[in-house]
Order: sequence, then structure tokens, then C-alpha cells
Amino acid sequence: MTNIKKITTPLTDEVVKGLKAGDQVSISGVIYTARDAAHKLLTEAIQAGEELPVDFNNQIIYYAGPTPAKPGKVIGSCGPTTSGRMDAYSPLMMEQGLKGMIGKGPRSKEVVEAMIANHVVYFAAIGGAAALIADSVKEAEVVAFDELGPEAIRRLVVEDYPCIVAIDSEGHNLYELGVQQYKIVD
Amino acid sequence: MREITVEQITEAVKRMSIEAACDLPEDVEKLLKEAVATEESQFGKYSLEKIVKNVELARAEHAPMCQDTGIVIVFAEVGQDARIVGGSLNDAINEGVRQGYQEGYLRKSVVRDPVLDRKNTGDNTPAVIYTELVPGDKIKIQVLPKGAGSENMGALKMLKPAEGLEGVKDFIIKAVTQAGGNPCPPVIVGVGIGGTMDKSTLLAKKALARQAGQPHPNPKYQALEEELLVEINKLGIGPQGFGGKVTALAVHIETYPTHIATMPVSVCLNCHAARHKEAIL
Repeated sequence: MTNIKKITTPLTDEVVKGLKAGDQVSISGVIYTARDAAHKLLTEAIQAGEELPVDFNNQIIYYAGPTPAKPGKVIGSCGPTTSGRMDAYSPLMMEQGLKGMIGKGPRSKEVVEAMIANHVVYFAAIGGAAALIADSVKEAEVVAFDELGPEAIRRLVVEDYPCIVAIDSEGHNLYELGVQQYKIVD
Repeated sequence: MREITVEQITEAVKRMSIEAACDLPEDVEKLLKEAVATEESQFGKYSLEKIVKNVELARAEHAPMCQDTGIVIVFAEVGQDARIVGGSLNDAINEGVRQGYQEGYLRKSVVRDPVLDRKNTGDNTPAVIYTELVPGDKIKIQVLPKGAGSENMGALKMLKPAEGLEGVKDFIIKAVTQAGGNPCPPVIVGVGIGGTMDKSTLLAKKALARQAGQPHPNPKYQALEEELLVEINKLGIGPQGFGGKVTALAVHIETYPTHIATMPVSVCLNCHAARHKEAIL
């Protein structure tokens, strides 16, 4: 794992297409946190034809709800949450131009199909390595749904945020490939 | 009667809430370090190395190892000769959670209603409190902050007695398989067998309060724990679900007598950040 691909946001189709399942990546630039409650509100706004508080075109959503920042710190511990809970909302977000998602754990068939159709990449970060991950967050600011507390949408500026391409835009899936490789059938 | 004040209880819960979030117990850390050596998969090993590094960083900086600092589960064993003075036990525990989550900069992750009004209570209360009356004049308090990523992968089945040991094993393996990479493996698998529907789930949760890897006192159940651990680690799920040899760090089984017509089995998974603290007052 010596070849780390460095990418910056916003993403382009070319960059997304160049990323393959199993690539180790470091992300720099702006990413947006959103998790369960924020996705619910975003979906309701889209369905009502309202303007979204953030333009997600070519952006990355990070499924995360950080701990409060201690004095002098930019952010608290800030690891990924389980992505599967956002599966119901993700295809609609991709239709809004979303190009990348960061989380942990496998995604549904519907999400992978929408990723292929919309040229989107899914990155996995290490769940539970939240203190370590916080080091790559350089700025953090709530930009929507402040009332949701830890679930508010935050605009993060990250530098060399480490993750792995778990599912690429062609549907190659590290969760399936890796498990197949190590499954032992007696 | 020996007196224990609500302030003592609050202080203990507060301290343990913060310590649990930032300082992984040695028993779990030891199993994680062993897993680094055992794991062969590239991404599995990478994940475990990061996880161990994160444990060390969190401890050094007094930072939560995971942003999901959980809903607090408290097992309180109250000696029947102890007298709690100054207020109620539940209020004292919740005040400890409130203060711990505020002063420790921990995430508040509890909503006041599960369906109709999912508004954050803002102080991580209420805790989920189980109180048991036991002999003696002390109070033992165990604090388990439980993340939802792993909690969501729990499972319960009311097996028929005819399904026997094979049925029990199949169900546990199936539960871990279906959980896949979601509960932040490597996991600790808590299993509760027997009692009633509710009792088996409580046993599965209580199994997670055990020192990680400590075997069941009954050699037959110890052998079953060992067998299940081997079988689970053949599933190939691996750390974080990326594929690998270490899907679980330990299997803990707890049992209880049950009705002639039933055989309840519950599985409660804990993520690798298997936080647990205890104090005796």
C-alpha cells in the first residue's frame, strides 16, 4: 500500500473514473458531513422542490457526526458512521450531482447501481479510528441544520484525509472481493 | 446499613463515562494487538494497525477513540444491605452521564422519542439502566457506552428445542454473517441463550461486560465459545469488512434455564472499541 492516490475536491468524472476498488487515497479540500437526520431533511427538501442549503454538485458527503471540539481544537473525534443507513437516501443525492461518499461498511445493490449510473465513488474510512482521523480536519463549520447538533451539516476542510476506495464507479466492490478471498469453506 | 450517597454514584458514573470513551481497556487492546499479528489481508492489517494507533492516540490526548460515544448502558448490582442516600439511584446515574458527556466533550447521541419525535435530548440521557438486588452492602456499577453501528446488528430468534445445538450455532453464525462489515469488526460477539425472549437479549448484552476473551466457567460452553470463534473467523469478513482472518476477537456466551418448550438465542455485537468500565462503591 505504498501508492497513495492524492485527490482534491470538488471531484471530476475523470478523477472518479481513475479510482479503483482497493486504491488507497488521500483527500484534500472541502467535504460535507451529513448523516441520518440531515439526509432525511435534504430528501424532504428535494421532494418539495426547495433549494438545498449546500450545492452538492461534484462534492463529497462524509457520513459523520463528530464529538464536540475541545477548546483550541478544530473538531472532536470524527470517524465515519455506518453508510448502510443512508442507502435509502443516496441515489437521490447522486441525482443532485454528488460524486463521492465517505463512510464505513457495505452499500445496497440500489446504491451501487446508482453509483454506476452517475459515476460516483464510495470511500471507506476506518470506523472507530476517530481520534486519528480528526488530525486531517483543518477547518470545520456548521453550514446547515444547526438544530441537529452532532447531525448538523458541517463544511470540513481536510488535508490528506486517509481512506480506501471501497466501491468504484464501475461497481467493483472491495467488501465482496475481500470477503470472497478470505472465506474458508470446510 | 452502609450508606452510599448519590454524589458518590454520580461521580463514579461521570468518571467512567469519560474514561470509557477515551481509554480502551487493556483486555481489548491486547486482543487487537494479537489480531495485528494474525491478520494476513492487506487491508485488514492496515485497518488493525490504524485502530491500535488510534487507541494509543485517544488515551494520550484524552480524546474519544470513536465519535460514537454511545448510549450508556449501566448494570448496577445493589447490595441489599446498602442504603442510597440523598436521592434516587436512576437520577444519580443520569446526572453522572449528563456531567460526563458535557465535561468530557463526548457526543450526545440520544433522542427523546424513538419514532415520533427524534429530537436530541442534548445531554446523552437517559441511560439504559439495569438494576439487580444482590447480597452485601456495596454497589457495583458497570458502564458500557454502546455505539449504534454494532447495536443495530443485534439479532434474536426463538428456536425450537428440536433445533438443538446445531440450530444455536447456525443462528449465531448467520447473525455475524448478516452483520458483515457494518458493526466495525473485529467484533466481540455476545450471546445469550435461554430464559425468555427478553432475558436472552439481556444476557447477550451482559456477556459484553465480561473481560474480553475471558472464557465461560463451564468447560462445555468454553469449548463452544472457542469453536464459534474459529467458525466466525472463517467467514472472511475481516477487519472493517475488507476481507481477512480476524472477524471477531472473542465470543462470550451467557446462559439461563428456560421453559420446556423454548430455546431463545440472542446475539449482541460489540465493535472493536469495546468500551467497558466498572467501579465498586
